[in-house]
Amino acid sequence: MRMTPKSATLIVLMALIALSPLLFPSNFYYRVGALIFVNAIAVTGIVILTGYAGQVSLGHAGFAGIGAYACALAPVHLGLPPALAVVLGAVLSGVLAYLVGRPILRLHGYYLGVATLGFGILVTMVLTNERALTGGPDGIEVADLGLRGLLGDLGLKLSNGQFWYFFSGLCMLIGAWIALNLHDSPTGRALRALHGSEVAARTVGIDVARLKLRAFVISAVYASVSGSLLALQNRFVTPDVAGFMHSIEMVTMAVLGGVGSVLGAIFGAAILTLLPQVLTVFAEYEQMVLGLVMILVMIFLPMGLLPSILRTLRRKDE
Amino acid sequence: MSALLSIEGLGIGFGGLRAVDDVGFSVRPGEILSVIGPNGAGKTTLFNMISGVYRPDKGRVLLDGQDVTAMEPHLLARRGLSRTFQNLQIFQSMSVLDNAVAGYHLRESGSVLADLLALPASRRRARDAREGARALLARVGLERMADREAGALSYGALKRLEIARALALEPRVLLLDEPAAGCNAVETEEIDRLIAEVAASGVAILLVEHDMKLVMRISSHIVVLDHGQKIAEGDPASVSRDPAVIAAYLGTEGASHADG
Repeated sequence: MRMTPKSATLIVLMALIALSPLLFPSNFYYRVGALIFVNAIAVTGIVILTGYAGQVSLGHAGFAGIGAYACALAPVHLGLPPALAVVLGAVLSGVLAYLVGRPILRLHGYYLGVATLGFGILVTMVLTNERALTGGPDGIEVADLGLRGLLGDLGLKLSNGQFWYFFSGLCMLIGAWIALNLHDSPTGRALRALHGSEVAARTVGIDVARLKLRAFVISAVYASVSGSLLALQNRFVTPDVAGFMHSIEMVTMAVLGGVGSVLGAIFGAAILTLLPQVLTVFAEYEQMVLGLVMILVMIFLPMGLLPSILRTLRRKDE
Repeated sequence: MSALLSIEGLGIGFGGLRAVDDVGFSVRPGEILSVIGPNGAGKTTLFNMISGVYRPDKGRVLLDGQDVTAMEPHLLARRGLSRTFQNLQIFQSMSVLDNAVAGYHLRESGSVLADLLALPASRRRARDAREGARALLARVGLERMADREAGALSYGALKRLEIARALALEPRVLLLDEPAAGCNAVETEEIDRLIAEVAASGVAILLVEHDMKLVMRISSHIVVLDHGQKIAEGDPASVSRDPAVIAAYLGTEGASHADG
């Protein structure tokens, strides 16, 4: 029996999470791995919004900011445990995405891109200017999630790096599982259909505006959870998490790796998280080389890295 | 039997041009009504108004006697109106099967949460839709292409895929915009048979088609448009003899030759 793409993707991801530490030259790489997984969660949300539904957001980091600051503020001001703060951030992001997306997604064209751009900037401004609450541009401390201590009490002793590596990996895996479920479900099919042809989607009864809104809300929740995990892992957060560059990074990771496939987008997240570490040899030319790599990939592999590689391999098989 | 779909005085203008003006007719269940006319006569524009893609500036569309003028296409789909497109509207990057399954959207969609978590309810809905879609693909002769990417199919095959997708809605009114365009003689005959079969099951069919042999053979009623206006209407035999129709198709000189 052939494996479904869904189980294949999940098995590959599980194997990578479990086996990569064997190759780590130092404990520092647990930290890099955890960062990859956290980015991958946000990028999986972009796959749903852009890869499935064909809508582009340039402000998704705004939702990451909401998720991150929910973890910083809710434990202090509302007395919530950090784990519930993650949920609160996700709900808040979902509701905001609904309110922002509802009027915009009825329109065609590039409105979503521009409006989300504005939304992201707005969130960054609030986080930067509301010093009394958010600590302003200097950032703010974030409480301990407490799960590592709990595991330690149960006899599973992990270093901080190891804990966040495996915990973020698990969250990424769950995120990928949900996105893959969606892909083959009626809702996912409708999203891919409206991506292919909006007019045809409408004539088969798909409420295009409503489905785009759903994709937008779901992807906002992904971004929010990603932001929460980043904040909890760093124990510190600055408004940069909501910044424009972070939004662009999410979209770039997804497109570079292959926005149509969950595995591809995660691959893109890995590459763009690792590349700056590798490119430090280029010193001040780092950004330039990074830009060059992206341009070349888009020119020669427009479907994204992973789908292009897989296609080449398949051709060799035949 | 009373009319299922009625068009009354429908019109739309683009800039100064009246693309369609004051067109009216009605279709009963099981009837095949063909709309013919020279290129640019307004046939596709008419279809776009009936199916809610364009908003007419005059007239009404009645479905079951209810005013559905300019209603959103997805709401018309709920009421049992579905269509195909002259310039194919296929979900290119999806499989042939998924294209047909998309036609089951109204019946297969349920809670998003169930879809996200792949709950049994969601998987059952998707499986039922897939089975239905496979049967439909067999009906239009595409069952062996089911797992191919739709973009890889020939033009004629895509035309039939659109029909399968439209039939998946189990429509009561079906609008077919040049279903036989780009099809060879064998494929045209298959489409001919398929349309007749669907009509026989009680669906009201509205057809735009350039293949006059096909039109004359299967239509129960023909409406002729020229420059956006209805110039003739009737059964195939009377329409094909109508001097106004001959003039529209061949020009007035041609008509006098035909007379002589």
